Amino acid sequence: MRIADFLHLTGSSIIAHRLRSGLTILGITVGIAAVVLLTSIGEGVHKFVLSEFTQFGTTLVGINPGKATTAGGTMGVFGSVRPLTIEDSEALKRLPFARAVVPFVQGNAEVEAGNRSRRTTIYGAGAQMPEAFSMKVASGRFLPADDPTAPRAFAVLGSKLRHELFGERNPLGQRITVGGNRYRVIGVMESKGTVLGFDLDDTVYIPAARAMELFNRDSLFEIDVLYYEHYPVETVVKGIKRTLETRHGREDFTITTQQQMLDVLGSVLNVLTFAVGAIGGISLLVGAIGIVTIMTIAVNERISEIGLLRALGAKRSQILGMFLGEAMVLAAIGGMAGLVVGVGTAQLLHLLLPAMPVHTPVEYVVMAEVVAVVIGLLAGVLPARRAAHLDPLEALRTE
Amino acid sequence: MIDLEHIHRNFQVGDQTVRALDDVNLHIEAGEYVSIMGPSGSGKSTLLNLLGLLDRPSSGIYRLNGEDVTSLSDTQQARVRNREIGFVFQMFHLVPRLSAEENVELPLILAGIPPEQRRPRVAAVLEGLHLSNRRHHKPEQLSGGQRQRVAIARATVTNPKVLLADEPTGNLDHKSGQDVIRILEDLNHRGITLIMVTHDQEMGQRARRQLHMLDGRLLNGQRNDDA
Repeated sequence: MRIADFLHLTGSSIIAHRLRSGLTILGITVGIAAVVLLTSIGEGVHKFVLSEFTQFGTTLVGINPGKATTAGGTMGVFGSVRPLTIEDSEALKRLPFARAVVPFVQGNAEVEAGNRSRRTTIYGAGAQMPEAFSMKVASGRFLPADDPTAPRAFAVLGSKLRHELFGERNPLGQRITVGGNRYRVIGVMESKGTVLGFDLDDTVYIPAARAMELFNRDSLFEIDVLYYEHYPVETVVKGIKRTLETRHGREDFTITTQQQMLDVLGSVLNVLTFAVGAIGGISLLVGAIGIVTIMTIAVNERISEIGLLRALGAKRSQILGMFLGEAMVLAAIGGMAGLVVGVGTAQLLHLLLPAMPVHTPVEYVVMAEVVAVVIGLLAGVLPARRAAHLDPLEALRTE
Repeated sequence: MIDLEHIHRNFQVGDQTVRALDDVNLHIEAGEYVSIMGPSGSGKSTLLNLLGLLDRPSSGIYRLNGEDVTSLSDTQQARVRNREIGFVFQMFHLVPRLSAEENVELPLILAGIPPEQRRPRVAAVLEGLHLSNRRHHKPEQLSGGQRQRVAIARATVTNPKVLLADEPTGNLDHKSGQDVIRILEDLNHRGITLIMVTHDQEMGQRARRQLHMLDGRLLNGQRNDDA
């Protein structure tokens, strides 16, 4: 039988039962739309979270004090962890691949300017922080490259804190106190927004050495190293490790590359996308059951037609093909409609809630349609096989 | 052309074996006009179905054009039905959602014949049965006689050698029935082998050769050379 004739015959029986076919198609439409919509949201969240991370670039390596792996035996006197110091950070700056090295300390303190005061987050940082974290200065300048162990008392304000403390007045050159110590404001940062829950605008940046003093700490929280892209990450990790091991006598620190974090995060987010997709898959399953039901009814109704076709010389395989084809066409149309509805809803959602990240990957769209057709095929197998194996004589007698 | 040798067809009904056909031997020449008569349950429909390869004998040999068709596979039998045999049923068996033309086209579609070759053949058959102006009608828009004529058109569009008719007038009024019989007989005059099952004596007696069946047995056939 020719394909055009096959499609015509299939189409004619689908059109002959418009309402029924329509409802069956709707079942698959809902299923595919649910899968597409949910995976779109999942992918959107995925992309959103990753972009939050990668806005600092992927060539970033973090070093934290303490070894995060379990060591065997007693550590004895060597068990104590040596702190990460400003000197460590200076040593790392001398490595050839280091583009920017930022010592980092964080804490909370009272910030006062004139008669206003606000308790907020204080970041102790190095002069190269804007370069390492792609931050921009709105006015003035960032902390200067002073002697890192004895830096001058300069402060840079986040955009929100600037408004809270100074309103519309120009803060540059003004004096503020941070935790009781006096600082001179030399710059204001551009708004960076919230990154993973940290408001980078409601903050003061002061030199790391002064922040350590302020919070009475002998160790940095972290040293961040931005390296030149053409260096492989293994070289970078090895170089940092060698430098710090020489200084500390052993490996009492943990190096985390941005790539490692992204990999872990990515796999977690993939599971999330898969999970929401699976929830959508359940409704797709319900749609598939709809096809089985309708095709079973269709075979029952058309028994005498099947008998006739067999009498006219239709092979079993042709009968099988006709009913399978019908199920697949129903599913494929449903799949198409589901794609349109799913992508449309996703875009509409994005339009109504701009904060809602939505992303529909093309391969998911193609996969959803393939899945729909395969579901039609599977759902059609049982009824179609029954149709093909009907005894033509019995079938002809049935009215 | 048709040769039946010691054909038996048994059905199992409950724990009883019903002998629908009991040692039937029959030879039919090409171009013959045969009627099969008998009371209901005598096995005449079973015989017709068997001739049409819709049923297989329990034992015995059926030769069509010298070829043993009882041993053919399902697919091969389907091909023989498509090419060699035309069916006309009491209930017409038209596909309700297809137009008259599309119904007639079905056997050609199943055989995979391309549309440009199908169209003239379908048009010619419909023209011959005075159905040209009805070709776009659905079966429900046609009268009983017209429906049966569409069914005859469908049965003959493949130019089969044998036309099997199972009570072709059973669902028609007298006049339409007469029309249908005349069409079938006309086809027979033009060379087709016509085998018709009927319980209507008057119809059956028009055939040149009349077979009578009783309890699955074929009674001695008699020729009616007047017809």
